[in-house]
Amino acid sequence: MNHLEKLKRGLSTVLSALISVAIGLAFGFIILFLLSLSTYASAGEPFTLKQVFDTAYNEGFLRLMKGCFYMVRRGLKTEISQAAPLIMTGLSVAFAFKTGLFNIGAAGQYTLGAFGALYCAIVLKLPWYLCLLASVLFGAVWGAIPGFFKAYFKINEVITSIMFNWIGLYAVNTLIYGGGTGAMYCAKTTKTWVIGSGVYEGTTIPNISVFLSEKPQGLGLYLKDTSIAIFFAIIIAIILYIIINKTTFGYEIRACGHSQTAAKYAGISEKRNIILSMAIAGGLAGFGAGLYYLSGVAEWQPLVSTSLPGFGFDGISVALLASSNPIGVIFSALFIAHIDVGGGYMNASFFPREIADIVSGIIIYLCAFMLLFKTAISKGISRVFGAKKELEGGK
Amino acid sequence: MSEYIIEMRNITKVFPGIKANDNITLQLKKGEIHALLGENGAGKSTLMSVLFGLYQPDEGKIFKDGKEVKINNPNDANALKIGMVHQHFKLVEVFTVLENIILGAEDTNMGLLEKNRARKKVLMLSQKYGLNVNPNALVEDISVGMQQRVEILKMLYRNNDILIFDEPTAVLTPQEIDDLMEIMRGFAREGKSILFITHKLNEIMAVADRCTVLRKGKYMGTVDIKDVTKEDLSQMMVGRQVSFTVDKMDIQTGKTVLEVKNLTVPSKLHKNNAVKNVSFTVREGEIVCIAGIEGNGQTEFVQALTGLEKIKSGSIKLYGKELTKLSIRQRAKSGMAHIPEDRHKHGLVLDYTLEQNLVLQRYWTNEFKKAGFIRSKAIRKHAVRLIEQFDIRSGQGPITISRSMSGGNQQKAIVGREIDRSEPLVVAVQPTRGLDVGAIEFIHQELVKTRDSGKAVLLVSLELDEVMNLSDRILVMYEGKIVGEFDPKKTTVQELGLYMAGGKRTNEQTNEQTKASLAK
Repeated sequence: MNHLEKLKRGLSTVLSALISVAIGLAFGFIILFLLSLSTYASAGEPFTLKQVFDTAYNEGFLRLMKGCFYMVRRGLKTEISQAAPLIMTGLSVAFAFKTGLFNIGAAGQYTLGAFGALYCAIVLKLPWYLCLLASVLFGAVWGAIPGFFKAYFKINEVITSIMFNWIGLYAVNTLIYGGGTGAMYCAKTTKTWVIGSGVYEGTTIPNISVFLSEKPQGLGLYLKDTSIAIFFAIIIAIILYIIINKTTFGYEIRACGHSQTAAKYAGISEKRNIILSMAIAGGLAGFGAGLYYLSGVAEWQPLVSTSLPGFGFDGISVALLASSNPIGVIFSALFIAHIDVGGGYMNASFFPREIADIVSGIIIYLCAFMLLFKTAISKGISRVFGAKKELEGGK
Repeated sequence: MSEYIIEMRNITKVFPGIKANDNITLQLKKGEIHALLGENGAGKSTLMSVLFGLYQPDEGKIFKDGKEVKINNPNDANALKIGMVHQHFKLVEVFTVLENIILGAEDTNMGLLEKNRARKKVLMLSQKYGLNVNPNALVEDISVGMQQRVEILKMLYRNNDILIFDEPTAVLTPQEIDDLMEIMRGFAREGKSILFITHKLNEIMAVADRCTVLRKGKYMGTVDIKDVTKEDLSQMMVGRQVSFTVDKMDIQTGKTVLEVKNLTVPSKLHKNNAVKNVSFTVREGEIVCIAGIEGNGQTEFVQALTGLEKIKSGSIKLYGKELTKLSIRQRAKSGMAHIPEDRHKHGLVLDYTLEQNLVLQRYWTNEFKKAGFIRSKAIRKHAVRLIEQFDIRSGQGPITISRSMSGGNQQKAIVGREIDRSEPLVVAVQPTRGLDVGAIEFIHQELVKTRDSGKAVLLVSLELDEVMNLSDRILVMYEGKIVGEFDPKKTTVQELGLYMAGGKRTNEQTNEQTKASLAK
């Protein structure tokens, strides 16, 4: 009974997520097909439906599904580098969900984390691990503020954290730009200084090549320039899973998430927990930014960054798809990064890359139905196992 | 035309791990009050949920006036004029009383709510049946008793003929219960048929015409009330003899455990204080009961005592240690166990498993925690022991999600958890609310055992039977004040009732009695 129950709960969650993904992809394909059809039709030349289908499949859907493996030499690095911050923002949102909070402020915390990391790297020239620590601290503070307002003034964290998203974004842009003379700002590229270059030795996170032999083969060849950030993200996910499920602190925050009144009755300080879990959520998002920018794959562009970093909001999708399970977050983040990279490889004359966003959007939408799938699946499992048990009993 | 207005034939309903209804037949005559009796988890609520369209039966048929009907949802039930007052009220807390009553049956004119017409109808109904409510109050602000009246008005507003009452008296005072009984009789006289779910035998004997008994999901039979005694019914329900009085030996009281002095607690509902200048003591080896009609400050008093709410002035001492400045956790650590009034709001984290809930007040002790990690094996062992000891029934044992358990078993889990902590003071607020006679007997015995082992019990109860049976001293609370102190051996239910209703008060006398008993 016990094991069956555990299996049922676990399996039905995973299966329902997979169903969401499958339906999302099916929708994606239909859109690709329609786009393909409209392109052919507007070309004014005769065409067959098979051509339409083939284009949609070969130059659209297949590349979307292949993701980085379409152009593995460059794609793999991009995908892995994107997955790392995505896991972190996903964890940030998932962790807050567990406490019953909706951390829509992951984007702002991510922005502050980026600032903390880049400031320590470019201005203070600190080693990368201290820069990472700074990103955590900056993000944590930015998360703790809405938490504080929620705990002491009962102001909904959604409202405050959205405001803090924008406050954070423009504050960071202003600080980095510094009227064109900011210490972190390179006027030539209109970005922050490239930290991978010689001047900032030691400020970048090491590459995977440190684990590899001199002349790596196969996958190693494609991965050697990728930073080890992804491993940090995965380790943090595992640690978080343990904290949530195996520690008394996790027991407390989940109790708060389910029922604030019962938590209060049990003597759990809900104020402390709200602030703490928002700070942790913020720290996680900030860490994601640290992992991304200290990997040397991108620079902050203070003049064009007028919208919030996408990683922050994609974190919400990642967390929802994973049912807020930290281990699930690893896989859902990899998936979102995968189709995002794949979207870029589609034939651009037919398909805009935003198809990937549509697919993930549909998936997130379907996540709302996950409970429905879950119940159905768990019923199905009971039926299968129940029948089996009766047979065994018959012996 | 059939003799029966509603007939449920051979109903079977299976949930994972439990057969809630096993081939049950229920026949309701027009104009009768039909009681449905059974222990917690006997399947009463399930059967009624089937009738109300909340569940679909796996087997069996339902007939209305001899014709087979399918009830797929509460709207179908409503169309058949079936109405239900649920044990846990189904009200929108942030809506007003009026809005709740009309919800789902809104009277509209060109898409606009006809609130005034609805208000008139509600006021008319409430006057006619003596169901006193304030249509404009928010449900979250009104008392449990008034919430129930709102639920009853909901049924009347929809002109329902078949009224299901799911344990309606659990939350009422003796006078209110009498009133409700009278209201039910009135309904029956008007030709409405009533299904009355309960496990209080006195009420069945007083008001019901016939009674169907369930035990562990099975049908035990239907009897005419005039042919049976209370003992017969309890035997049918539990399957054994049950004693209705608690055996309690006289024991010497010891040191003062709890000392409350001039405690004043502000009210959240109005500007007045909810608890006014309350002082009393509880000593080792005694059960002190605060009796009173619901809403006279008991809730606020207990919340102030346990730290859930802030006090205005006064002092609370446990073995001489001042508690008023301490947090909830620190008070619990100082030696106070608390069986809360609202098991869903405070007592349980409903989405936690049973075993997780059973350590809700202890997960931080070294028994269950090691270097910040939860000791899941210890928790499992603890849960298995308490489940066994307190007969907590559930579908999947320790890993059952608490939300899916029956109300009575949820309560048993809380009572078990708190008594098992063996703290010197147990604050029990309506510990047997909504429980069946078997469970009540058990919990009463546990409380007496706690007292006999030299601990102090502060019992807050609305049920006078419980008050009279259990307590060594009775304090009556009225409008936030202690208006009288009684020895249960020297008082009567009627006298208590008078004090509870505010008819009499003996402040000076109380003080003298307290002094006298202190001197002893």
